[in-house]
Amino acid sequence: MNPIKRLGGSTVRFALVYLALFGLSTSAVLGFVYTTSVGVIDSQTDHTIEAEITGLAEHYRQNGLIGLTEIVTRRSRGSPGRRNMYLVTDPRFAPVAGNLSRWPNEARDGPGWIDFLVETKGGTDARPQVARARIFFLADGFHLLVGRDTTERSAFRKRMTEALLGALALSVALGAAGGLLMGRHVLRRIDAINRTSRGILGGDLKRRVPIGGSGDEFDQLAHNLNAMLDRIAGLMSGMREVANGIAHDLRSPISRLRARLEVTLLGKADPEVYRHALQETIAETDTILETFNALLAISLAESRALRAEFAEIDLASLATDAVELYQPLAEEKGQRVSLEIEAGLVTLGNHSLLSQAVANLLDNAVKYTPAGGTVSIIVQPGIAGPEIAVADDGPGIPSDFRQKALRRFTRLEASRQAPGSGLGLSLVAAVAELHDATLHLEDNGPGLRAVLRFAPRLGSHSK
Amino acid sequence: MRVLVIEDDREAAAFLSKGLEESGYAVDHAGDGTDGLHLAANERYDVMIVDRMLPGLDGLSIVETIRGQGIATPVLILSALDQVDERVRGLKAGGDDYLAKPYSFAELLARIEALLRRANVGTAETRLRVADLEMDLLARTVKRAGKIIDLQPREFRLLEYLMQNASHVVTRTMMLEAVWNYHFDPQTNVIDVHISRLRAKVDKEFGAPLLHTVRGAGYCLREPD
Repeated sequence: MNPIKRLGGSTVRFALVYLALFGLSTSAVLGFVYTTSVGVIDSQTDHTIEAEITGLAEHYRQNGLIGLTEIVTRRSRGSPGRRNMYLVTDPRFAPVAGNLSRWPNEARDGPGWIDFLVETKGGTDARPQVARARIFFLADGFHLLVGRDTTERSAFRKRMTEALLGALALSVALGAAGGLLMGRHVLRRIDAINRTSRGILGGDLKRRVPIGGSGDEFDQLAHNLNAMLDRIAGLMSGMREVANGIAHDLRSPISRLRARLEVTLLGKADPEVYRHALQETIAETDTILETFNALLAISLAESRALRAEFAEIDLASLATDAVELYQPLAEEKGQRVSLEIEAGLVTLGNHSLLSQAVANLLDNAVKYTPAGGTVSIIVQPGIAGPEIAVADDGPGIPSDFRQKALRRFTRLEASRQAPGSGLGLSLVAAVAELHDATLHLEDNGPGLRAVLRFAPRLGSHSK
Repeated sequence: MRVLVIEDDREAAAFLSKGLEESGYAVDHAGDGTDGLHLAANERYDVMIVDRMLPGLDGLSIVETIRGQGIATPVLILSALDQVDERVRGLKAGGDDYLAKPYSFAELLARIEALLRRANVGTAETRLRVADLEMDLLARTVKRAGKIIDLQPREFRLLEYLMQNASHVVTRTMMLEAVWNYHFDPQTNVIDVHISRLRAKVDKEFGAPLLHTVRGAGYCLREPD
């Protein structure tokens, strides 16, 4: 489909809808103006004619035909140029008094309103007059007509109608132009978003929706879309990192596994050799599984889905549990374990993941601290919110490497040979983020001090 | 002992059935959820192993359905979803234990046996005894050959768990779950150190050892042969 043609079609459709609405409202306004001006003048004329004829009829009833012809003659004389028209006729429509030469043909049927043309007899004013009159049939067969010259009024009505139609035509023209312009403006912004989306779908993931700069809804939409794209890009680069990490950390054990099985098959078919190879294979798959589980735990923590089921966690018992698990191992390695645990500190969280995070920190400390060293666990209120710290006086992590240590699969070269997936600290970092906590790797002078700082809880005070 | 295995992965089911049969169980296998529910609801089993994701009918729905029918057979849920919330969901649906794939067969067997024992033990006992090792759960004391053994609280709970499962294999993850309520494997094998400490207190000064290591599986507390 041709996008430009489609854009054009949409513009026309938008403009037509706009025009229809605009034309309707303009017609309504102009119609109102017409009825209030022309209509009001019309009804005023009718009103005065009605009043006058009622008066004359009353006069006739009281003073008879003589009285009526008298007053009609007087009023006819008082109306130069026949602005007001009067005529009294006998029952055969022969004029008796008034300023009209004959009874109009339109008025023979009966009483009521008529509009008619008055023929002039030449003279100064040669054109025919347009008139409106009320017919009244008097009691003894005589007829009465009272009218008004409406030539000027008709001219006014004509001019008014022309002006209003002109205004309507102008409005419609302006409306059509405005509709087209607005439609093009709106649709061009939408088209910019569509073009960007198509570009991204086509594989150009770095594209972003242009922002106009006016801060209108389109800019907000563009901004939100861009923020969404940035977040997706962040997640994707995280996934790529994981994929690379998996390739790196799983490919070697899987190749080792494969090689061992192959070599075993090439050798002598000895049950003892086979048994040994199978045991080694199982141990190797366990290592691979461990890496997978760590990755799963990280992605679970990063998905934030667990936040809905957070429960209150007692940090002291969380730390004590982990210490009780690791203390024998530390003592076996000749390390001292020091506890500074303050009771009563709580946070909202996931017990399993927090336990795993603290266990990982302890695991690292015990793993890297030499015999005679000390591993300390501190649970304290902290400055902003509760803190759990695991400190050791081992070799620590060089300052320029600390940030990197939180990334997945990062391991110090020196520790490559130590067992572990290299995901321990990344999991702690992910769990911290899930809990709106921060993980800090600090210099313990000597050694490493890993601190989990939780946000203060609203509505409750930490001791 | 009759076991029902509801598992759609044929190869996995075949391995599982073979292993269970070699361990002395009679195994029925259902390859999808509908067959599985039919068997679970109409036959009598001692334990059921139900895969979480099945064609036809979901594993959790099967468990919920049979629990709704009043069938109290112990159920072990197997799942490739190793996530905290999935585990909780499985147990909420009426499962008695939850094991993530891939698992070691030794682990699965140990857990099935623990489930069977749990189903058979009626009321909670206040005294446990294995050979000359005695545990008083009310007084929180442990004696061997009449001599009091001083245990730390966590060691006491570990020994209690081993004694409850006496003569049966207990895996490291089972101990982590029962004693620490930890549903993950720590990076280092910390349980071994706990066992060796416990062994030093329970076995060292006495003649016949009670606490045995089972290679590739875990530990077992049992009477000397």
